[in-house]
Amino acid sequence: MISILFKEISGFFTSWVAYLIMAAFMLVTGLFLWVFPDSSILDYGYAGLDSFFNIAPYLFIFLVPAITMRAIAEEKKDGTFELLATRPLSDWDILFGKFLACLAIVLLTLLPTLIYYFSIYHLGITRGNIDTGAVIGSYIGLVLLGSAFTSIGLFTSSLSNNQIIAFTVAVFLCFFSFGGFDSISSIISLQGIASFLTQLGINEHYQSVSRGVLDTRDLIYFLSFTALFLFLSKTILGARKW
Amino acid sequence: MSIEVADLCKTYGNQKAIDGISFKALPGGVLGFLGPNGAGKSTTMKILTCFIPQTSGTAHICGFDVQTESMEVRRHIGYLPEHNPLYLDMYVREALAFIGAIQKIDQTEKRINDVIDRCGLGDQQNKKLGTLSKGYRQRVGLAQAILADPKVLILDEPTSGLDPNQVITIRALIKDLSKTKTVVLSTHIMQEVDAICENVIIINKGKIVADDTLAALRSKHNNKSLENIFIELTGSHVHQAQII
Repeated sequence: MISILFKEISGFFTSWVAYLIMAAFMLVTGLFLWVFPDSSILDYGYAGLDSFFNIAPYLFIFLVPAITMRAIAEEKKDGTFELLATRPLSDWDILFGKFLACLAIVLLTLLPTLIYYFSIYHLGITRGNIDTGAVIGSYIGLVLLGSAFTSIGLFTSSLSNNQIIAFTVAVFLCFFSFGGFDSISSIISLQGIASFLTQLGINEHYQSVSRGVLDTRDLIYFLSFTALFLFLSKTILGARKW
Repeated sequence: MSIEVADLCKTYGNQKAIDGISFKALPGGVLGFLGPNGAGKSTTMKILTCFIPQTSGTAHICGFDVQTESMEVRRHIGYLPEHNPLYLDMYVREALAFIGAIQKIDQTEKRINDVIDRCGLGDQQNKKLGTLSKGYRQRVGLAQAILADPKVLILDEPTSGLDPNQVITIRALIKDLSKTKTVVLSTHIMQEVDAICENVIIINKGKIVADDTLAALRSKHNNKSLENIFIELTGSHVHQAQII
């Protein structure tokens, strides 16, 4: 599994697409946070990273599928999956190695955003006047969100050997699981189970973690969500054995 | 017994890709799998290498069952798949090191150097796989198969796409390896079977139509050329007559 992990990460960086994706993410967050007047921190006037953590999930909806789309689809298309499957590797080794690699890349993409935190830390009227607890909580929320989206991306990648289909379905599923449940729960006829429905969606739990208090219910939610899609991916991979 | 196959069947929907084949293979002599396209050679190999499961029947490699002890089987085999899938953006040494790490071999560097020598990849070893010619890619595929020094080698059309010089080198390598390992290879090329195989199995439409040593097969068919024996047993002359 470790060898798969290293191979995936180094393989990701041999292609210029990787750098493009990471640069695009930084560019868009930079524009939103420091340039566009509507969401810019400088115009907003408050020393906080709320804008960043509000838009980051929506950027992840596109970023994470772009990272995961080639994980399994490309192997199936090139035939290299046969190369891996006939080695002493279990399906879990392959899948988990790829999952951790994609997650590592998501984290690497997030890393430069710490500059924003340090900038606001120093830019505030009083130095250090930023709610560090909430920022840490929000970053943890973003990591958990990233892992949930990565598991969705791996699942869709295993469904097809076409990367574009993997990407598109992943974007749809990520969007639906993030904000779709909130929208459904606002349908009047479903008011009775409204709170149940919102709790199924990721947004509710992401907001909860972003407050800076790590509730175990949210942790369990994210871990179960990730586990569910990883299990589904494994089932699809194992379908060749039916 | 290194490879033992008993009554193996594989059905896809209504089509029987393999219909009750049984054979054995031992070290010390290359076993050649011959057959027309679509006869079931690759399917058999995919079952032996635990890539797909059989519909019925059993297969054992080094005593391990391919269905229930698949991990052990995969530790003892080296496989060169039909289309030689490779990670084209890796370098030669990098790809071999990756396979070495998966197979958990000892003395990785030494072993890689060894294998690069044996397969004649010396001056290509620092190139990306995507930039190599077909012949060299085939050699890398073979190198990956023998890297962990497996007891059983399963090679699906190992000399496909190679030029005559390369073919000679690879055949010599395979023959050398067969002295201590069980080697099964599939091919359409009769000269290959003549050159390196001791034992021959001819498959047609999923069934074995001949399973013998090369010498015995020839004498049973009045010393005809292998090509004619093949045509006779796999019935393609019947189709030719129908076309005419």
